[in-house]
Amino acid sequence: MSGRLETALRARIDSGGKCLVPYITGGYPGWVDAIRACAANGADAVEIGIPFSDPVMDGPIIQQASQVSLEAGTTPLSILHEVRTLDVGIPLAVMCYYNTVFHAGEKRFASDLAAAGISAAIVPDLPLEESGPWTSAADEAGIETVMLAAPTAPDERLQRVTERARGFVYSVGLLGVTGERATLAGTATALAARVKKVTTKPVLVGVGVSNAEQAVEASRVADGVIMGASVVRRMMEGGPDAVGAYVREVREALENTQW
Amino acid sequence: MVTPGADGRFGEFGGRFVPETLIPACQELEAAFVDAWADPSFRKELDEVLREYAGRPSMITECHNLSEQLGIRLILKREDLNHTGSHKINNVIGQTLLAKRMGKKRIVAETGAGQHGVASATAAALMGLECKVYMGAVDVARQELNVFRMRLLGSEVEAVTSGSQTLKDAVNEAMRDWVATVESTHYCLGSVMGPHPYPYMVRQFHRVIGDEASEQCNELLGTNPDFVVACVGGGSNAMGIFSGFVDTPARLIGVEPAGGAAVGRGQPGVVHGMKSYLMQDEHGQVAEAHSISAGLDYPGVGPEHSYLASIGRSEYPTVTDDEVISAFQVMSRAEGIIPALECAHAMAWIIREAPKMQGKTVLMNLSGRGDKDVGQMMNILGGMK
Repeated sequence: MSGRLETALRARIDSGGKCLVPYITGGYPGWVDAIRACAANGADAVEIGIPFSDPVMDGPIIQQASQVSLEAGTTPLSILHEVRTLDVGIPLAVMCYYNTVFHAGEKRFASDLAAAGISAAIVPDLPLEESGPWTSAADEAGIETVMLAAPTAPDERLQRVTERARGFVYSVGLLGVTGERATLAGTATALAARVKKVTTKPVLVGVGVSNAEQAVEASRVADGVIMGASVVRRMMEGGPDAVGAYVREVREALENTQW
Repeated sequence: MVTPGADGRFGEFGGRFVPETLIPACQELEAAFVDAWADPSFRKELDEVLREYAGRPSMITECHNLSEQLGIRLILKREDLNHTGSHKINNVIGQTLLAKRMGKKRIVAETGAGQHGVASATAAALMGLECKVYMGAVDVARQELNVFRMRLLGSEVEAVTSGSQTLKDAVNEAMRDWVATVESTHYCLGSVMGPHPYPYMVRQFHRVIGDEASEQCNELLGTNPDFVVACVGGGSNAMGIFSGFVDTPARLIGVEPAGGAAVGRGQPGVVHGMKSYLMQDEHGQVAEAHSISAGLDYPGVGPEHSYLASIGRSEYPTVTDDEVISAFQVMSRAEGIIPALECAHAMAWIIREAPKMQGKTVLMNLSGRGDKDVGQMMNILGGMK
């Protein structure tokens, strides 16, 4: 049975569209309004980053947003507390590093997410081999665990990773950390094509998808995109309104393309 | 000694908590290391380079003056006399030989005090590899001579300005580099930490310290020492010397700085690819360590130390910066040996605890020399009259 996140993404895909999932750093000034702006302007779901002191998968922009958020006193619980009252009509996922989960305890963290109305979790430093304690707690609490598929993985590994994935498969767009790039890496569409061959789950490309044009390019192969640094930069420069305008721009570009 | 299985565990500690992108690289490294370690020609080449280039075996020195002052029998394992001035060379010679065997053209490394960075830059120069070293901006400022050394040796040094701007942030930045360059680059991690197979592999490259010391102690004493003492940041010099004595009755003492006591004050956590004791706040954010010694300014510790602590085989007391400053001077004056500030932690514990160890034999790993620290100490001690 599909969870809320996968159901929402499938609805978009089945209607002939492409999925758009923006990333917002939780606790950054204006973050709640930024999530509302995403929902109002065509996002299918929002990924909320829970800031961590040592974010090894993140480049300078998301690092900086995380640090600002942490310095403002953000904690995992303060984010979940605010999310609880946030009814935006689309599924919400969290992106958090594993120590946040481990420190709270897998079962407690999963039930805290569920209680806050979160649908899914992405834990970028928790690879398949180490994921057991978390995924069993998440499954039990009804939290969909999105798995990452990397360009370095051989096909047999992609198969196993996608089998364990819930919600969607996060197809990593390049060798490297989050951040904006001038062009979409060739690996982005190459990997998405490989992943599509081994799964029927929604496949979204994230990391290095930096503007509307690149979102369209990635979506020619994939079912949609996750956009992080380019969204967070707009939140830092122009606040929630700038985020809303940007999400609208990408959504329109996706709508105006013949697939 | 524990040989971790495919899950990379020492008891409950260790593992491989890295982004999916790095998993195949860790698996490839594990396979390459196991293959090389079992290959007599690799071991022969490693031994030759360690002997002819690094200056192994390192000797042991009996400290007659301090022994008399303290009422113990104090013996030093002289890793300070290795080429580049610390034990770090053992591991980087091993890893750079392995990197070449794997066909990698470039290495990246993190460094705290600069000892691992200098050793990596040295080995890279020797082996003809490109090398980039990440170093926290705070450490760049307090270890400028080592920064210059690395550049002189042909390496690029990047000052890391994120987070606490010390060793943990240098590790983050080196990992970010590796995520982006994994196909051409080997991450030459400098301690018994990180994702599997690093804690195991780095220990194996350093166990030469303990194996030699065990033989040398037997020759000198006819038996094992009562205490084996080493400082612990990530814990590589300590794991190296403990390796020779973990199966003996010797008490194993890993001395942590009071401001970076991962085992002493931490709780199990996951960072930098491993599950281990970790200093963190009540929300699981990694705490910033504070120590006079850049090499020990690390909030975590290698997972095998966490394991040895959890089964009660080794102990991890702490010493304060003031005790370290004092021990640095005591050792210099009494023995004519200026220790690295890191090793002055081990010395400080021995001085403090000597009244309880009267008549006992104490083997201390002098893992590095203090040349790099004299500028900092001159500022602290005000030039001395």
